[in-house]
Amino acid sequence: MDDPQSSGAERPWRRLIVTLAAILPLIGILAYGFYRDPRYIVSPIVGRSAPSFALTLFDGSKLRLDDLRGKVVFLNFWASWCPPCRAEARELEAAWKKLKDKDVVFLGVAIQDSEENARAFIKEFAITYPNGMDSSGKINIDYGVWGIPESFFIDAEGRITYKHVGGIGSAIVVAKVDEARRGIVSAKEGKGDYQSVR
Amino acid sequence: MTAGVGYVSILLALLCALWGIIAPILTHRTGDQRYFAGARTAILGQFVLVTLAAAALIYGLVATDFSIKYVANNTTRATPFYYRVTGLWGALEGSLLLWEWILIIFSGLVAWIYKDRHRELMPWVLMIFSIVSAFFLSVIGFASNPFETVFPVPLDGRGLNPLLEDANMMTHPPLLYTGFVGLTVPYAFAMAALIIGKLDESWIVTTRRWTIIAWFFLTLGNLVGAYWSYHVLGWGGYWAWDPVENAAFMPWLPATAFLHSIQVQERRHMLKAWNLSLIIVAFGLTIFGTFLTRSGVLSSIHAFASGPVGILFLAFLAFILIGSFGLLAYRADHLKGQPQLDSMVSRESAFLLNNVVLVSALFTIFLGTIFPLISEAVTGAQLSVGAPYFNWVTAPLFLVLVFLMGVGPMIAWRKASLDNLKRNFLWPAVASLLIAVLLAVLWVRDFLPLLGFTLCAFVTATIVFDTALAVRARRRIAGEGVFSALVTLARRNQRRYGGLVVHLGVVLIILGIAGSMSYSVEREATLGQGETLTVGPYKIQFQGLRASQQPTHFRVEGAFQVHNNGHDLGLLAPALKFFPGQQSPIGRAVYRSSFTQDLYLILSGFSEIEKNRATLRLLVRPLLAWMWLGGFVIVLGTLVAIWPNRERGSGMED
Repeated sequence: MDDPQSSGAERPWRRLIVTLAAILPLIGILAYGFYRDPRYIVSPIVGRSAPSFALTLFDGSKLRLDDLRGKVVFLNFWASWCPPCRAEARELEAAWKKLKDKDVVFLGVAIQDSEENARAFIKEFAITYPNGMDSSGKINIDYGVWGIPESFFIDAEGRITYKHVGGIGSAIVVAKVDEARRGIVSAKEGKGDYQSVR
Repeated sequence: MTAGVGYVSILLALLCALWGIIAPILTHRTGDQRYFAGARTAILGQFVLVTLAAAALIYGLVATDFSIKYVANNTTRATPFYYRVTGLWGALEGSLLLWEWILIIFSGLVAWIYKDRHRELMPWVLMIFSIVSAFFLSVIGFASNPFETVFPVPLDGRGLNPLLEDANMMTHPPLLYTGFVGLTVPYAFAMAALIIGKLDESWIVTTRRWTIIAWFFLTLGNLVGAYWSYHVLGWGGYWAWDPVENAAFMPWLPATAFLHSIQVQERRHMLKAWNLSLIIVAFGLTIFGTFLTRSGVLSSIHAFASGPVGILFLAFLAFILIGSFGLLAYRADHLKGQPQLDSMVSRESAFLLNNVVLVSALFTIFLGTIFPLISEAVTGAQLSVGAPYFNWVTAPLFLVLVFLMGVGPMIAWRKASLDNLKRNFLWPAVASLLIAVLLAVLWVRDFLPLLGFTLCAFVTATIVFDTALAVRARRRIAGEGVFSALVTLARRNQRRYGGLVVHLGVVLIILGIAGSMSYSVEREATLGQGETLTVGPYKIQFQGLRASQQPTHFRVEGAFQVHNNGHDLGLLAPALKFFPGQQSPIGRAVYRSSFTQDLYLILSGFSEIEKNRATLRLLVRPLLAWMWLGGFVIVLGTLVAIWPNRERGSGMED
């Protein structure tokens, strides 16, 4: 590639630098894309009051979120077909066993599921805290759930203090329930390892 | 066994590609032509080996060899033969192999056709091919291996994504890939010309047919994609400005600009650096498109699998851009001293303006596509840019482009005289203004669509008028009939008349877009059995629901009796398909097409409690069918332009 005429080239290096200066920022911006998840949108409802709802539980009784004012609520959206939900089910039950006498309510909401499969799921993991089906999808839309599972922590005043996307472990549940009890709102959402996308 | 053959072929092909990169450098260093023969053999070797690998994967798919993970993921025992073969490009790993296969076919053709020509350029051309090929082979071999095996061997596979089970699966991806890969040919010649510093018009003359062919496949690939979206996805649209769609469309813009601006260089020896830049950008965008599609850095409705290949494509993109533009910057001195524009009213300036508009469109679409990234990187705010932005920003640009499509081919080179302008444009302008008045009085009240239709009429009128004059002249000179005069004209000037026919096709597409964008009617209604919905001339009566178990899915169909102005259009039955592995149902829309408008029915839901109650979404989309017809006209025009003409020499250089 030696070129006898390149002696006539005045400062090709300067032009090369200009070229690089144009290209590198572009590549940089594109590379930045690897550091974010485009489908992950920060929820605007953390720190605000939790949307109220009424849920028919699998035992037939009705439960209204507003009636739980004064208690800390752990709200978990799940579906029987979602692998991370299966992964976290035992963890949640363990956390419930630890916390159930401490003025906390655990509430599971099955979404995008058939009642039959959801009941089988509860039986399989011997879940003892209340669960119900959101067949119309209204609750999960109000909470902006876009993947499963997602969990919300609600303090005694009905304010959402923390949101966790993806599978959650019992230690975090216990810690975040304690924070909710003390009225601490987490600035950031938590993320589990992985999540079933709808 | 099959997997082994395939994988070893890929690795050996990679070795060939590496030799194909080294040999041309040795040719240059030593002057020994045996090394050049080596570079050619390297291409041939890659061709044979990659073909073998592709054949192995196809064989695995057809024979349902589930020990290959890719086969297990993309076929089942129940998959029909047809979809087993198309499974080759049903997912990332196979798609990359198909890409590489097409690339190496193109490379082989180039090596074979220019066996004894372009002695100076060819080693470098083959080297560029081998560089691109080596990149794809490394990705296939080390990051996204279609021959990965799985143990224990599953009893049955998972099968294709159900949306891919459509006849267009046969056409859309290969067409698009052929378009993308085709751009490698002019790119390779451009780079070779830059490397040896021989920057006259020879690389352009050599590759212009290749460019037309690549452009043709790119156009068809996009159109068939739009048709697929309209036909299968069941939302009644054909284009959503989704990042992945933009990724497929963006290379089309510089490729189109390039096709026009190289004519200026051929004629007037201008725009040399510009043409080189355009082809670098066009080729870079094909790599960028794959990066965008496969990296998952932007949110897209097209859920493609992402993985480590994203970062590799980005690195290759950086390499391409820095290498190519660096070389261009290094050679900038060779590009000085070009002629200047003689006049602003000339074909050169019309083509230049066409280029400016196309590149502006590219820039706005590119910016809109990556804007969510820029916004989050700079301000931390999450933003998305939707269809309204793209429609608003690009519509005026595309209208200018339509206008130029009428002016460019008819205006004189260098400097158009008043006489030239009057002769070519007076009557077409008058005719299109008359049509505009007629449209405004009868139907069209809005400015943008009226302008769009008027410009379409203008382009058509210039083409018809110009051709009519030429036919009249031939009848006078040679006494030919109208048809044989047309044939003679087209044969004497294939590129011109082929180009004009392509322009007519584009006009039809614009007509379809303008009509369907501006005057669509959309209604949604929940109907009980026997109830009727009336929209415009259409009366749709709901007859009831039908459910059936299909081989691969459960299907719920709504039956609707449709009348258009009292004419019975028959029973239309949009459906929802419930696939076992899918959470939400997949819609199957149905539509009736006519040249005035399409009626498009979507079953959006049905009541599980109340029997025979369904929610229907209905769209009336005017003039849409012209869009698909435009595609056929473009095929015709391209054939006219590139048809081999024995009277005037052969080969790819016309």
